[in-house]
Formats: sequence, C-alpha cells, structure tokens
Amino acid sequence: MRFELTPRTTVSPVVRALAPVAAFITAFLIAGFVIWLMGRSPVAAFQVYVIQPLSDPWSLQELLVKATPLALIAIGLTYCFRANFWNIGAEGQYVIGAVLGGWLALKTHGTEAGFWVLPAMLVLGIIGGALYGLIPAFLKTRFGVSEILTSLMLVYVAQLTLDYLVRGPWRDPKGFNFPQSVTFDPSATLPPVWEASRVHYGTVFALIAILVTAVVLGRTLFGYRLKLTGDAPRAARFAGFSARSTTLAVFAISGGLAGLAGISEVSGQIGQLQPSISPGYGFTAITVAFLGRLNPIGILIAALVVALTFIGGESAQIMLKLPLDLTQAFQGILLLCVLAADALVSYRVRLVSRGGGK
Amino acid sequence: MQADASPSGHHLVELKGISKRYGDLLANDRIDLAIEPGEIHALLGENGAGKSTLVKILYGVIEPTEGEILWEGRPVAIGSPVEARALGIGMVFQHFSLFDELTVAENIAVALSDDWSLATVRSRLGDISRAYGLALEPDRAVWTLSAGERQRIEIVRCLLQNPRLLILDEPTSVLTPQEAEHLFVTLDKLSADGCSILYISHKLEEVRRLCRRATILRAGRVVGTIDPRARSAREIAALMVGNEVGEVRSGTPHVPQGEMLRVADLTMAPGGLHGQALKHINLVASAGEIVGIAGVAGNGQSELFAALSGERLADRADAIAIAGKGCGTVGVDGRRRLGAAFVPEERLGHAAAPTHRLSENTLISHAAAEVSHSGFILVNAAKRLAGAIVKSFDVRTPEADPQARKLSGGNLQKFVIGREIIRRPRLLIVDQPTWGVDAGAARLIRQALVDLASEGSAVVVVSQDLDELFEVADRMAVIHQGELSALKPINEWTKEAVGLEMLGVSQSQGAAHAV
Repeated sequence: MRFELTPRTTVSPVVRALAPVAAFITAFLIAGFVIWLMGRSPVAAFQVYVIQPLSDPWSLQELLVKATPLALIAIGLTYCFRANFWNIGAEGQYVIGAVLGGWLALKTHGTEAGFWVLPAMLVLGIIGGALYGLIPAFLKTRFGVSEILTSLMLVYVAQLTLDYLVRGPWRDPKGFNFPQSVTFDPSATLPPVWEASRVHYGTVFALIAILVTAVVLGRTLFGYRLKLTGDAPRAARFAGFSARSTTLAVFAISGGLAGLAGISEVSGQIGQLQPSISPGYGFTAITVAFLGRLNPIGILIAALVVALTFIGGESAQIMLKLPLDLTQAFQGILLLCVLAADALVSYRVRLVSRGGGK
Repeated sequence: MQADASPSGHHLVELKGISKRYGDLLANDRIDLAIEPGEIHALLGENGAGKSTLVKILYGVIEPTEGEILWEGRPVAIGSPVEARALGIGMVFQHFSLFDELTVAENIAVALSDDWSLATVRSRLGDISRAYGLALEPDRAVWTLSAGERQRIEIVRCLLQNPRLLILDEPTSVLTPQEAEHLFVTLDKLSADGCSILYISHKLEEVRRLCRRATILRAGRVVGTIDPRARSAREIAALMVGNEVGEVRSGTPHVPQGEMLRVADLTMAPGGLHGQALKHINLVASAGEIVGIAGVAGNGQSELFAALSGERLADRADAIAIAGKGCGTVGVDGRRRLGAAFVPEERLGHAAAPTHRLSENTLISHAAAEVSHSGFILVNAAKRLAGAIVKSFDVRTPEADPQARKLSGGNLQKFVIGREIIRRPRLLIVDQPTWGVDAGAARLIRQALVDLASEGSAVVVVSQDLDELFEVADRMAVIHQGELSALKPINEWTKEAVGLEMLGVSQSQGAAHAV
C-alpha cells in the first residue's frame, strides 16, 4: 500500500482561503488532545493560550514586541526562500547585527555623543547582519558549498562570539561579574512608539519592511527575478539574471533585516548586550515565513500567531505548569497542518495497493 | 562471417515484430532483430530512429505494445531490469549512475544483490580487471575518476553478473579517442569469450571497427541488416537518413543583405562531463536569410546555442559579433539589446517557467520587450503582450493567461517563438524549433521563421530534422563533434552529403576546414 498524490485540476478560491482556517482548527485539536493526555483540561489551556493574551492590553503589546523580530527576520528570509536559497542562519545574522550595533552603543557610552548614535547603530546592525549573511552566499557562489550547512554553523560562531564579548572585553565592570554589558545610554535606546509603552520602533521598521517587500516581490523585476530563479533556474539564466548576484543580493537582504531585528531588540527591548538575546527568533522565523506562505501579508499574520504561542506558552508554564517544549511542539504542529492543508488543496490523495500501481 | 545460428540451433536473443506505440507515434514498428552468441551487433540510426526505445524494451524498462522476445529460442517476458539481469542481460547507459562520494568497490557493491560482500567484490574486481584490461583501483573515490574510468565501473558492474548479452548505449560519447580504443579492445575480448554485445551508435568508424553485422533503424523501422565493412559509408548514410529527394522550398529564395551574425573561430571547452567542446566554429548569417545547422543530437548543438545566446561566454569579444558589434563576452541581456532573440530547445524550464503565467513569461525576454520600466513590472503591458502573442501565433489556451505548463507542447512552442518574433528581432537563433510539436504547429512555426527572414531578419535554425532544414534554410552547415562543416547553399547539399557529414565522414573535410 502506498499513497499517491494526483494534482487537482480546479481548486475553488473559497477552498483555498478556508484551508488555513481548517489547518488552525486541526492544530488546536491535536494540541488539545496532547494536553488532555498530559492530564490537563484542553479548554483551560485554550483559555490561557489564546483568549487571555488577546483580551489583555499588556499582553497585546507584548504580542507586538515578540512579533516584531519574527516578522523582520521572516520577511528577509522570504527573499532567500523565494529564490530557493536556504538561509538557515538568520539567528546568527541577528546576533552579529546586535553585536556590531551594540559595539557603537558601548563605545559612546557615557559620552556626550548626540542623536546620531541610534541611527548609526541601526545602520551598523544592518551592515553587520548583511555581511554575516554574505559569508555563506560567497562560499556558495565561489566554492559551491551548501548554504544550508554554512549558514547554520555560522549561527554557533555568532552566538559564541557574543558570549565571549559579554563575558570578557565588554563586561560591565560594575556589573557584579554578571556576563552582561553596561545598560545603553538613552541616546542609544530605541524609543517606544507611544509614551510608556513596551512597543518600540522596531515594530514600525517591521511594518515598513512588510509593505516594501509586498511591492518589491509583486511589482518589480527584482521580485520576478527571485521567483524565476526559485521556480526555473535555467530560465532565469536565459532571462539574463546572473545566479551569482541573485545569491549575494538575497543573502545580503535577509542578513540585513535579521541584523536590524537584532539591534532593534537589543536597543529597544533588552537595553544591553547579554549572552542570550533571542529565544530562537532566527529559527522560529523560518516557520513564520512558511506559515505565511512567503507572502508579506501572510507573514504579518503568521508572526502574530507565533508570537501568541510564545506568550501563551509562558503563561501556560506559570498557570498550568505545562512545559515550554509544548509551545515549540505546537509551533511545529501548526506548521505541519498548514503545509498539509496546502498540499491537500492542490492534490488529491489516493491509497494505491501494491499490485495496482503498475 | 557469422553463422546464422549458434551451435544449439538458437539465436541468443531474437526480437520478433516488436512495436511500441506512444499515442499517435509509432516509436518501434514491427522490429525484427536477432543476436548470435559472441557477436558484436551494431544498432545504427539517427536520433529518434527508435534505438533507445528498442533497447529499453530488451532491458525490461519499457513494455512493448506488440511482439515477442525469444531468449535462446524460448519466449520470455522481460518485465523489469531485474528480470533482464536474471536472464543474463547487462546494460551500460550513456549517463552513468554512480555515487561520486563512494569508492569504486562500494559503487559496485551497492548495485549488486545482498550476498555480495565488499571483500568478494574487491577480489572479483581484480580478476575481471586483469582479464579484460579494465584497470580500476577499488578504493578510489568516484569523483576523482575520468569519464572513461567511470564507464569501466559500469561495465565491470555488469560483467560481475556474468552477462550473456551486454548492451552499450553510445558508449564512446563521453570518451577520449584513446579511451575509446581501450574500450574496443575490451569488447573484442569479451566477444571472444562468448559474450554477445549490442552496440548502439551513430558513429560509422566505430561500428566498422567492431562489428560484422549492423541493424539500421530509420523512423522506428528496420531498413536493413548489413555488414558495415562490406558497404560504403555513402550507402550506410543513405540507409540511415533515407534517400528520398528533399522537398523543394516554395517561394523565392531569400536575398542576403547585411551581415547580422559572425562567429569567428569560436572554441569552447565542454560545460560538463557529458558536454561537447566547440572547435573553431565559423559561421555567418546575413539579414534576409535562414541558416540551418544540422546534426545528430549531442554533437555540440546545445553548446553552440549557449555560446550564441550568451548563456555561456566566449573568452574573446570578437568570437561572436551581432550586427557588427563584438559581443562574445556580453551576456544574454546585452545581446538582446543588440537586436538578437533566442529560442532554446527546452520549452519548459528553459524558454519558459512552467508554473508562471504567460504574461509573467513575457518578462523572461524583458531586456528587449516593453514590459518593465525602471525596475518595475508593467503588469498591463505584459498581459497585453501575452494576449497579442496568443492571438497572432494562434496559441490555443485553456483559459485567459494560463500557466505555461497548462499549454500543450505545440502551443507553448508557438508562444515562446512568438514571444521573440513579435518584437521583430534583427537576428533570431532558434534551437530545434519544432521538436515534439504537432504537424499543424510545426507548419505555423516554419512559416513564421520564413516570413521573419523575408522581412529582413537573419535567422539561424539548429535542427535535427533534415526535412525541416531542406524546407526552410537558404544555407546550411552540419555540426559533428563540435566542429561545423562548410556553410553551403541549400541546393548544393544532398541528403546523402548531409548524412556523411553527420557521421563525420566528409569528402570535402580538408577543403572545408582550410577555409
């Protein structure tokens, strides 16, 4: 017995639109079943995971804070994934962006340096992430090394570099030996969008990135170049699009946006450099990108949904004593359900017995 | 001379009335073929003559529509390559199936059944290597080996199973002449030991060197079984390509005007393992004429197309000039801006992106079409252009602006050719314009090419279809192993002469290349 997928000839737009909804319901049912197996009430879990965060103003702000780096990184990854390049190292590009931008904050710490510090930090963050993203791109175009391996391995290099810096040269001398830098000056801090809020300007950058990307991917020749490179690389070469410059461009863009996410998080949210500056945003963003089907608006929604699971997961830990791993499992279940729904919309599944296949 | 039957009174294998039908196409038409024990039997024919289909049937890859196979006089059904191997049939394909990272011995062991340990493989490998001069180091990784050495692995892999019949599909296409000679020595020894060999080729010298009997296929039928050493190259070529008189082209011949394309001493290394090098190519195409390039597939046509289109760059700018401008080092975009247009052989994936709509596919030749402005796509212009192409080239679409893959082969070909012709290029280079296209679409495409030349463009048509070239071309040359013959007016060519050039046995070789 085996499964056979045959493409459906016509798919109604209504079914296509309802597919993600069905996927969400299925994911919640599966997760509810797992929670029930763990001896907790699925209804209470749904209350804690979804209803509470969405009904509380503080949680809603927190949702935006968490969704910001996810959206920024995922939107950058979209450029890579559309062109069929596998940048798995956004986490590292995020960290290097934070390190390079943070370096300026530490350099100007306690000086009279003025308003230029923050913009310069953001630019350095973008440059840092972009250059770090260009390493796997260069290795791929020059030596043909798989970008999947190099980009992933460079994550660890970045994380350990940050670790070394905050434990060594950049450690706050008055920090009671805690591995962290000094707290950034106000001139090096990304301000909140409105008074006394936790939502910083990184959210605005993310929204701008989403809008610009929607235009670039949908309306420009560069956007078409990525799509063509991803869908038919030979046709892309025939169209005169050099694979080399496409590779370098998409890695620079996605690295740059990951770097911007990193420096925004450090200067707008954490306020200093410390060994851990991300709960795996760079990796979760890969899920977000595919959950949003590499579509900018889809990514906006997906980032909010995944941010919700982060926040819900934290409260579930406290209130229901559910482990954090369940949150990650749920993110995985959700992605699988969305991908499966996509496949089921486009293909019909048939069960074929062994003999009948010939 | 070979006896008609082996001592036991049976042929080793006999194909009787084998036919294979694909829709309307009869790939094999009632083929009879008998192979004797220990014989090296050649299967000769042009591309598309049905050679591959026939050997795939014999090796159990394809099921015949009709006919039967007798193995030592006994009817057998060969349902899969596994069954073929169990009978004693081994096959070496043109393209190797080896794991680059594994060693020679490992590559052989993975293909054999489980009762072969790596140690047995290693020792038997030594025996066979010595017996047949197939030198191989068992512990070398495959990626370090030359094409000839890789082929030896494939051959040894077959020999380890003691085959009675070894099928080789164009085995010398990837070999140097020295490696090829080495292979012939091995094959002679195998044959002396009683192993039959079915040798597929379109190279006459090789067939003459190896075989006493050759079966010639044309258009799916056996046109004769001959002794290749007893016939002249001329006779064999006539059998292969047919000796019907070429259709006389209707209409007035084109009058060449200004020179639009000049290729001067273009030499290029092969792009990959199975690639063909281009050797000192010279070619001129003028406005108002169609230049045809004939040849058997795999003789450098796709390499020549890539060099002309700029997908692969020459090392000198003056190797290729379009409209008088040296552009050998300029990419495909730059050449389009000089007024050139290109249609590659592969429709899906090369000329067009399968999952993209036709309007998006107009963007592929964006450099010269009015579908983008300062980096932005002009969506409506692209849609209008796609609509205009569909209308003027009679492209039948299942819906408005469909994905390219939803079009039939002929309709998509009309679209990709129309996409280039509609902007009236000064030079059009097209590779296999009517390959796998229905007769109606083929007629429309040829007419469009003739009309374009009449309007004053230069057209270069690379094609395997000789009838097509005799119908549309004003001048023609033949490409063989990366070398281009002299370019002569079409009425100075006979089919026979073209056939000889395609086999690499040119009477005027010296003279042609002295030019």
